[in-house]
Amino acid sequence: MDHAYEIGMTETILQSNPDVLIDHERVEQGDLRTEEMLVNMGPQHPSTHGVLRLVLRTDGEMVLDTVPHIGYLHRCAEKIGESLPPYQYIPYTDRMDYLAAMNDNQAFAVAIERLCGLEVPPRAQIIRVIVAELNRIASHLVALGTYGLDMGAFTPFLYCFREREMILDLFEAVCGARLTYSYITVGGVREDLPDGWVDRCREYLDYFEPKISDYNNLLSFNHIFVKRTANIGVISPDDAIAFGLTGPMLRGSGVRFDLRKVAPYDGYEAYEFDVPIARPGGVDEIPANVVVGDSWSRYYVRVLEMIQSVRIIRQALDRLEDGELLAKKLKGLKLPDDEVYVEVENPRGQLGFYVKGDGSAIPSRVKARGPSFCNLCITQHVCRDVLLADVPAIVGSMDVVMGEVDR
Amino acid sequence: MRWIDSAWYHKPLLHYIDDPGARDVIVTRFSVPWQPRGPVSNGIIAQGVIGVARLTYSVAAPVFSRFAGLILIGAVVGTCLAVWAHSLIFGFVDAHILGGTAFPAGYAAQPFAYFSPSTWGLSPSVILVRLEAAGGLGAAMSGVLQYLTWPVQFGFVRDVIGLGAIFGLFNIIPIYTIWWERKVAGRIQSRLGPMRVGGWHGWAQSFADGIKLLLKEDLVPKDADTVLFRTAPYFAIIPSILAFVALPFGTSYMFRELDVALVFILGVLGVEVMSVIMAGWASNNKWSIYGAMREACQMVSYEIPLSMSLLIPVVCVGSMSLTTVGEAQSEGWFSWLAFSNPFIFAAFVSYFIASLASVKRAPFDLPEAESELVAGFHTEYSGLRWSMFFFAEYAAMFVIAALASILFLGGWHSPLPMSWAGVFDGWVASGGMLGLVGAGMKGLLFSGPIWLMFKAVFLLYVQIWLRWTLPRVRIDQVLYACIQVLLPLTMLLLLGTTLWVWASTSDSSAWAMFDSIVTRILGVIGIVMALAFPSIAVYGFYNRRRLVGNLAVDAMPGS
Repeated sequence: MDHAYEIGMTETILQSNPDVLIDHERVEQGDLRTEEMLVNMGPQHPSTHGVLRLVLRTDGEMVLDTVPHIGYLHRCAEKIGESLPPYQYIPYTDRMDYLAAMNDNQAFAVAIERLCGLEVPPRAQIIRVIVAELNRIASHLVALGTYGLDMGAFTPFLYCFREREMILDLFEAVCGARLTYSYITVGGVREDLPDGWVDRCREYLDYFEPKISDYNNLLSFNHIFVKRTANIGVISPDDAIAFGLTGPMLRGSGVRFDLRKVAPYDGYEAYEFDVPIARPGGVDEIPANVVVGDSWSRYYVRVLEMIQSVRIIRQALDRLEDGELLAKKLKGLKLPDDEVYVEVENPRGQLGFYVKGDGSAIPSRVKARGPSFCNLCITQHVCRDVLLADVPAIVGSMDVVMGEVDR
Repeated sequence: MRWIDSAWYHKPLLHYIDDPGARDVIVTRFSVPWQPRGPVSNGIIAQGVIGVARLTYSVAAPVFSRFAGLILIGAVVGTCLAVWAHSLIFGFVDAHILGGTAFPAGYAAQPFAYFSPSTWGLSPSVILVRLEAAGGLGAAMSGVLQYLTWPVQFGFVRDVIGLGAIFGLFNIIPIYTIWWERKVAGRIQSRLGPMRVGGWHGWAQSFADGIKLLLKEDLVPKDADTVLFRTAPYFAIIPSILAFVALPFGTSYMFRELDVALVFILGVLGVEVMSVIMAGWASNNKWSIYGAMREACQMVSYEIPLSMSLLIPVVCVGSMSLTTVGEAQSEGWFSWLAFSNPFIFAAFVSYFIASLASVKRAPFDLPEAESELVAGFHTEYSGLRWSMFFFAEYAAMFVIAALASILFLGGWHSPLPMSWAGVFDGWVASGGMLGLVGAGMKGLLFSGPIWLMFKAVFLLYVQIWLRWTLPRVRIDQVLYACIQVLLPLTMLLLLGTTLWVWASTSDSSAWAMFDSIVTRILGVIGIVMALAFPSIAVYGFYNRRRLVGNLAVDAMPGS
């Protein structure tokens, strides 16, 4: 079944782009005509980060077309949301974007709070900001490390994971889990911070901040790395907006747009931070051949965002004071006969939840707008007429998490 | 149904079956093609073998794990000494048994010649007469040695010993390079690397991996070109062994001295490319074909700058014989070719870059780029055939590092000039045991296989270090770097060296002074670079808390 679909797809592509067939006179005379080859990159491939399957139409090393195939990890996560009360659905959001589970919990919790008009206590809001930003750092560390791995640099990957482990230790101290936290819940957060956690967090931030320049020295400004990623997979700002890209991919294209600034939630309006974009002039020593919207810019925006996250966490730790952790009137929570659509800024972009209530405790409709899913849709547009080695360079810079693409 | 009781892989399936009759159903459903035909007999021979194996393990395992470090160091040092003992023994035989008369006219007998034109021998009776003529205790000892080493005078015996040595080196070098690479990679990445197998820093890890690979199934894909698929690993492994044939490890310690050893080694290493292309094509796998294609592409681009860089020391010395090139650098640090003029200094760098491409090491590991091509040309290989590619790769790494040492870094000579070795010349001339000791001291301090091994292992370390530091380049960038940068550069360097050599032939004292000053400056740069490695390492070790941070140092295993 799958095979037949593949063949049909090729014929469709060939009919729609007849000019890709090389019929130059000298090619014909010398019988140098090359044949195109369909290659499956994935679902089991080292650089597709999960079960993304790319069907490449190649001519030698040139990739003429790339078609992403998804759905290998589909678990009906949205449909499950229509049979569970919201607080029971929180663990399912963990499994969507498993590298940024805190942010996913937060997105769904904020959606339910807006729908039901719940007031989150200030302490819970601040804790939410701290863990969400820590998770943003952890997620970006994975993105940085695996992107280095895609480019053949193995060592920065382990450095990034070393630092990420320490964040996971902090999370473990908070909620007992290292990957699927379910910590942020409807109306607040589940547990209070343990004793001494704030000091540990500060110690970690002091340790982590100088490490960012290490990554830059090792990877970001490495000559070979810049040569591999600069001016590769350029997405213009117009395209980025037209394809609905969000998060670092949008900001990598030079569009300064961040929901934490534009539509703040959980008290983000009270924090001082910048929205970094990788634009020449925006960064101090940007390499010469970098173009706005290329893979290097998307990568570097994540580095800059980690610096801003550290800033936010420091402010949040300073503002932390005693108080309640959960909103009032949570027991027997009934969803009103209303609908809501809320987006929050995930490490990968804007994660939106549409929730419709019908007066009962269980939503009648749950729909997620995943940033990875929406960002992935530009693959076919960008991975065209590039070299084979550029495909990991482009797909890796998108930083997709297949758990959230397939849901 | 006796076999199913001993088939451990079915046990998880059987635990819920109470009815013994149901086992037949299981056997039918899960019968596997490799199921034993009948019951396995535990005969007396099998039990004896098992008993001996158990006893050996129970005796050897505690000893090995306790003294593993010493054993490892002893093995490495012993390998070097064994390599070198060959040359001592052969030289001894040449000097004492064969004497001057054994060599054809015009052939100067070399003191420690491994290679010898001798295909005939002297009978023990003749040796005894010579022994009596010499007289004394020293002569008696030397007589015993002469009896023991009597067979070595035959060329055929020497060849057999030499082949054994080459094959041993060919096995030992990759095994320890792989272990070394994993330890270095671990340290670079703030982890430990292998720590368990063998007891001391996982020194037996590569042996264990080798046994594992031996026992793995040798899979051939259904649609593969079976003949090509099976033969391709041999095309990788045989050229690497052949390269050792012409590689000199000391003044006259090599299997065969070739006048064009350089061309021979380059030639046989070039054949290795064939194996990659064969493997890639025969696997009938799209990723493998990409790997093969990339190797072909890479080969046409790196071979020319590689050969051009190697021509530069050849121009300086005027010989393609590696022995002659090595011997030309006997006068200490400042006589090493890398420091003889600025062009050859640059040629060393360009050779090193091109040689990385020739052995498919990062940043030029495109044929097996794991993040792009799964595993490249060896995607479909498993077991011993897969390990053959890696043996060949690591042996080739050693060969190109040894070539770099011989052609640029003084070969088997220590930084001390040979002219200081006159102290031991008297000992050597006196013959007997004192001569042997004198020759040994000379080899240890001034010129011997140990120095070549040391330099080659250092260059291997640099290759490993680069691999775990740099990202991979793209294929068009490899082509660009090799053809459009390295090729013109090496041509200019060749021209410059030629002019330099031409200028040195004049009798101008001003030029001689200029030449000597330039050599001194380059030599001092070399000393600074050589001292920088240990200095930075020591600095990094003592400042690791400040450089890496307390949290990372404390989180490190073994901290």
